[in-house]
Amino acid sequence: MPAPIEWRQVWIIAAKEWRDRLRNRWVLAVAAVFAVFALAIAYFGAVQQGQVGFHGVDATIASLASLVIYLVPLIALLLGYDAIVGERERGALELLLSMPISRLEVLCGKYLGLAAALTTATALGFGVGLLPLSSELTVGEGERYALFVASAVLMGMAFLSVAVLVSVIARDRVRASGAALALWFFFVLVFDLLLMGALVLSQGGLSSGAFAALLMLNPADVFRLLNVFSSDQAQGMYGLATVMPPAWTQPAVLLAVMLGWIVVPFYFAHRRFR
Amino acid sequence: MTSTHVEPGGAAVSLAGVGQRFGAVTALHEVTLDIARGEMFGLIGHNGAGKSTLFKLMLGLITPSSGTLHVLGQPTGAPAFRQARRRIGYLPENFVTYDNLSGREVLHLFADLKRVPRTACPALLEQVGLAGAADRPVHGYSKGMRQRLGLAQALLGEPDLIFLDEPTNGLDPQGIADFYAILRAVRARGATIVITSHILAEIQDRVDRLVIMHGGRIAAQGTLAQLRSGMALRLGVVATIAEPDQAAALVAFAAVAALPGDGSGAPTLEREGTRFDVRCAAADKLAVLAALLPHARDIALHEPTLEQVFLGYGGAYAGSH
Repeated sequence: MPAPIEWRQVWIIAAKEWRDRLRNRWVLAVAAVFAVFALAIAYFGAVQQGQVGFHGVDATIASLASLVIYLVPLIALLLGYDAIVGERERGALELLLSMPISRLEVLCGKYLGLAAALTTATALGFGVGLLPLSSELTVGEGERYALFVASAVLMGMAFLSVAVLVSVIARDRVRASGAALALWFFFVLVFDLLLMGALVLSQGGLSSGAFAALLMLNPADVFRLLNVFSSDQAQGMYGLATVMPPAWTQPAVLLAVMLGWIVVPFYFAHRRFR
Repeated sequence: MTSTHVEPGGAAVSLAGVGQRFGAVTALHEVTLDIARGEMFGLIGHNGAGKSTLFKLMLGLITPSSGTLHVLGQPTGAPAFRQARRRIGYLPENFVTYDNLSGREVLHLFADLKRVPRTACPALLEQVGLAGAADRPVHGYSKGMRQRLGLAQALLGEPDLIFLDEPTNGLDPQGIADFYAILRAVRARGATIVITSHILAEIQDRVDRLVIMHGGRIAAQGTLAQLRSGMALRLGVVATIAEPDQAAALVAFAAVAALPGDGSGAPTLEREGTRFDVRCAAADKLAVLAALLPHARDIALHEPTLEQVFLGYGGAYAGSH
């Protein structure tokens, strides 16, 4: 029977990982990028319509979501691919594992520390980015924006979980970084194209239920759906809203799928890291 | 709660028929070995002889493919081995750690993981000579300083069992002397030390017992004296004998050489000026000394070095497998 997890050991590793990202200014740099984008999109998001200035939180979220879908997965994958393989390659993992700490505790500690760094950067960046507009936000708009940031964090954690799995499987850092970039390319750029291709080839044979289920195979799409279906105005901006079966559009269901995207890759990472 | 206490005199490490396979490759063949509590134990062998695999097994980093392995009374795969790990120190061959942290922070991290109070760290940093550099980032440390930090880390919590893999790598002569002085103090409190080194001269007079690994097997084990006698290596007696005394010395040596020996061969002599270089079996050592001593101005006895023993066993083992 495996030993029960000692959370004290997990927090020691997590705190170290988090402090490392603070100290090397990773958190600050990512937060600055998010803040600049959030501010720019909030002000200039409607410039194509000949308008400049803040035009409501829903429009801002819709514009930001398109950006976040590219940025957050990339940042999360680059943050996590090195977690285990990097330590193994440097030779530090052997010493760490000779300590009274289990492999699961190491993995949990690494993941939670990196997730905390990603959460801090995302929340800080998007929070600070919208701070100048805070006086124009209603409470409801503030809540919707907070939910958007939370969903971005969850998507980041899902991709971080995938990155940790890559880090456990990869034989060296070069292969791990290649795999991380390939996964970003697949989930963010290729997946939707394949799905559209499947839709066209099936000539209507693909039911909306099957289409929705396929969308769940990509955490970036789950993030998009979470934001589309949590706002009436955003629903109107996306054609997707009309074809999705209601059962798949419940925020609770989408949230559960996103949590699955966090737990399942991590579970396989743990199995592989034994 | 399972106790990890080892009875005094009991084995700190016990391997019974331990084998390790990596796919089609057998890294270790049924190794049986006991390392007694309080012992300083050497582990030597060529690269690829199985030392690293043995270290990883003893540290519980890998599970043996066959056989049983107990460290500090616990099977290494058992959940209770976690408790035993708090009483184990390990210094890897190249102490690689978190370069962005200071030496003190690195030590704090490992102290936290081992549940050793951080208050123990300053004394350890002082002991390894890093007190002045404790707050500098590790990326600025020399290789020797890193090894010293690694030793401090291995000594956290006054472990009962310490594994040292090529521990003096990168240390200067003073550093090596300091290192072994620290080890003497560690031994004095009864800790067991398992050490591996390619610098055999460094450990030959410091270990109580040792094993010679070859091809994933134990080629020989015992004290250095046992290993020497097992190889029947001849020792050297070098005497300086002045010209007038040489004739008498030769007569005395001839008498010894004519004695019936134990079958390991009669003593041989090579002369060069005043230098008499005698090779003889350990059993003839006293007789040779007695023959040459009355005529010699100076005399020295050269026991076979660990390196000669190691090469002898390595050669013998390779020949038999």
